[in-house]
Amino acid sequence: MKIVVCIKQVPDTKGGVKFNPDGTLDRAAMMTIMNPDDKAGLEAALRLKDQYGAEVTVITMGLPKAEDVLREAIAMGADKGILVTDRVLGGADTWATSQTLAGAIRNLEYDLIITGRQAIDGDTAQVGPQISEHLNIPVISYAQKIEIDGDSVIVERQYDDRYHVLKAKMPCLITALAELNEPRYMTPGGIFDACEAEITVWGRANLVDVDDSNLGLKGSPTQIAKASDKVRKGAGEKVTLDTAEAVDYIVGKMKEKHVI
Amino acid sequence: MDFTLSKKHEMARTLFREFAEKEVKPLAQEVDETEEFPRATVEKMAKAGFMGIPIPKEYGGQGCDILTYAMCVEELSKVCGTTGVIVSAHTSLCCDPILTFGTEEQKQKYLPDLASGKRLGAFGLTEPGAGTDAQGQQTKAVLDGDEWVINGSKIFITNGKEAEVYVIFAVTGMVEKKPGRFMKEISAFIVEKGTPGFTFGTKEKKMGIRGSSTYELIFTDCRIPKENLLGKQGQGFKIAMHTLDGGRIGIAAQALGIGEGALERTIEYTKERKQFGKSIAAQQNTQFQLADMATKAQAAQLLVYKAARTKDQYTVDHKTAYGVEAAMAKLYAAEMAMEVTTKAVQLHGGYGYTREYDVERMMRDAKITEIYEGTSEVQRMVISANLLK
Repeated sequence: MKIVVCIKQVPDTKGGVKFNPDGTLDRAAMMTIMNPDDKAGLEAALRLKDQYGAEVTVITMGLPKAEDVLREAIAMGADKGILVTDRVLGGADTWATSQTLAGAIRNLEYDLIITGRQAIDGDTAQVGPQISEHLNIPVISYAQKIEIDGDSVIVERQYDDRYHVLKAKMPCLITALAELNEPRYMTPGGIFDACEAEITVWGRANLVDVDDSNLGLKGSPTQIAKASDKVRKGAGEKVTLDTAEAVDYIVGKMKEKHVI
Repeated sequence: MDFTLSKKHEMARTLFREFAEKEVKPLAQEVDETEEFPRATVEKMAKAGFMGIPIPKEYGGQGCDILTYAMCVEELSKVCGTTGVIVSAHTSLCCDPILTFGTEEQKQKYLPDLASGKRLGAFGLTEPGAGTDAQGQQTKAVLDGDEWVINGSKIFITNGKEAEVYVIFAVTGMVEKKPGRFMKEISAFIVEKGTPGFTFGTKEKKMGIRGSSTYELIFTDCRIPKENLLGKQGQGFKIAMHTLDGGRIGIAAQALGIGEGALERTIEYTKERKQFGKSIAAQQNTQFQLADMATKAQAAQLLVYKAARTKDQYTVDHKTAYGVEAAMAKLYAAEMAMEVTTKAVQLHGGYGYTREYDVERMMRDAKITEIYEGTSEVQRMVISANLLK
């Protein structure tokens, strides 16, 4: 089985977030980590490798220093790393990113593609499903459990207060939640090997079936008007009231917050 | 001369730090309080490959170097001295002598399980009458047919009851060093837990590193196969000294970590603690104390890393001596740990004297680093003997 895992180097939000004047993230100035949902996706792939045997290739699009996140993945147990980097790819939104990654993945053989649900820097959850559209394969998002059954995958998809069990023929794409598993640590020996491992570097020329109009800042339909640090939502409040009281309670809260 | 760490060592440090913060730190206080061996942590460390860092891959290890191993012990000890010494005793005192002096069969038989952490290792040299004076050994081993019969006891054995493989030293005869002057001939053996005649005595109640399993080992007509002799008969003293030279790098790294950990806690605390309307970090006394603590911790780190690097060179050429470097690193790091933790408690004031704060535990943990695997006095003997030879 061949598994491709898309991973992203994201700012370590503990270290503070910095922006470029155009509103995009100043990635060069920030401490970075492997995006948590992607790490869970990688762990899922590595568990499938442990259980069924598989070749796990990790791929990332980013600045040359994004190579670090590929080495981290190899130190955890991935077999190969591919870095897609090119100046013309800079400033990409989710559309241009998914076009780029799909263009790169078209070079590879795969049974399964695993991406994280969303990255903690953009929080869009769009890239994974978009890649599956470009490659014309099924997608199962928000996976909380993955099993292989012959040439199919059986996935538990998280859904508000329940989960759905879905079966899809491979090749297919799965987006993983950080809650899917507890990712393993790198091993010291894995780190030594990862630092010696050859990372494949691809640029624009290596992308298959992608038009220039879909790449980089120019190929990005989304323009960032304003960006800010994420404000964490509270845990919310749960109250048990009968209908009339509940209506009064909600209306009261909305008035209090000047919503109405 | 380049003092920057390579990419792989930086990555390894990140790994060890993350593991220590997430898996070890939350349990450190409880491990100390309950004196319970942190078995679950050791299992996690085994899974992450921490139990065989400098062991070659062909024997199931990680194939890394001594510097990486020292950094692992350092980072673990920053948050928990107990966890640091478990890795150190296992790696330096059990895996290393088997790797260095074992036959191919012994290495194949024992190292894969040790390096993967499936089995824990320990080392038994110290006896009630044989501490610094290792020649004072009373434990005897006599060859009887195809078996060695061991009688005697060992005390203060780290990983004592938790280990499954032990490197044990015993007197196997007398040799005439000079005409009319006889010395004990000491040999080393590999003894497995569960061997009839091998039992455990009392558990030590210690001042610090209270979660480490420190036991007396008792051998009563304990019969082990002849092929469990480690190295040649009579090579025991050399094996013990060689092993302790390496072990000192591990303990130096433990001491370094304890000192650095106490410094980190003290920096955090002095910024928060307010007296006379400002943080105590704003007082010049605090600033000067912190400056001294940090400078000494940095000096200790350089000595420890240099000793580790020198032993790495020995691994390559089997010639480079590292005993003096190891002795200097252990001497300085241990005394630094004691001094820095004592100052840390002082800067924490009354709170530092309570078990609510980590520095209280760290000060108790630091003390042993001046004593085990060669006291500070022994390190001075090793260093000065080399100067005056």
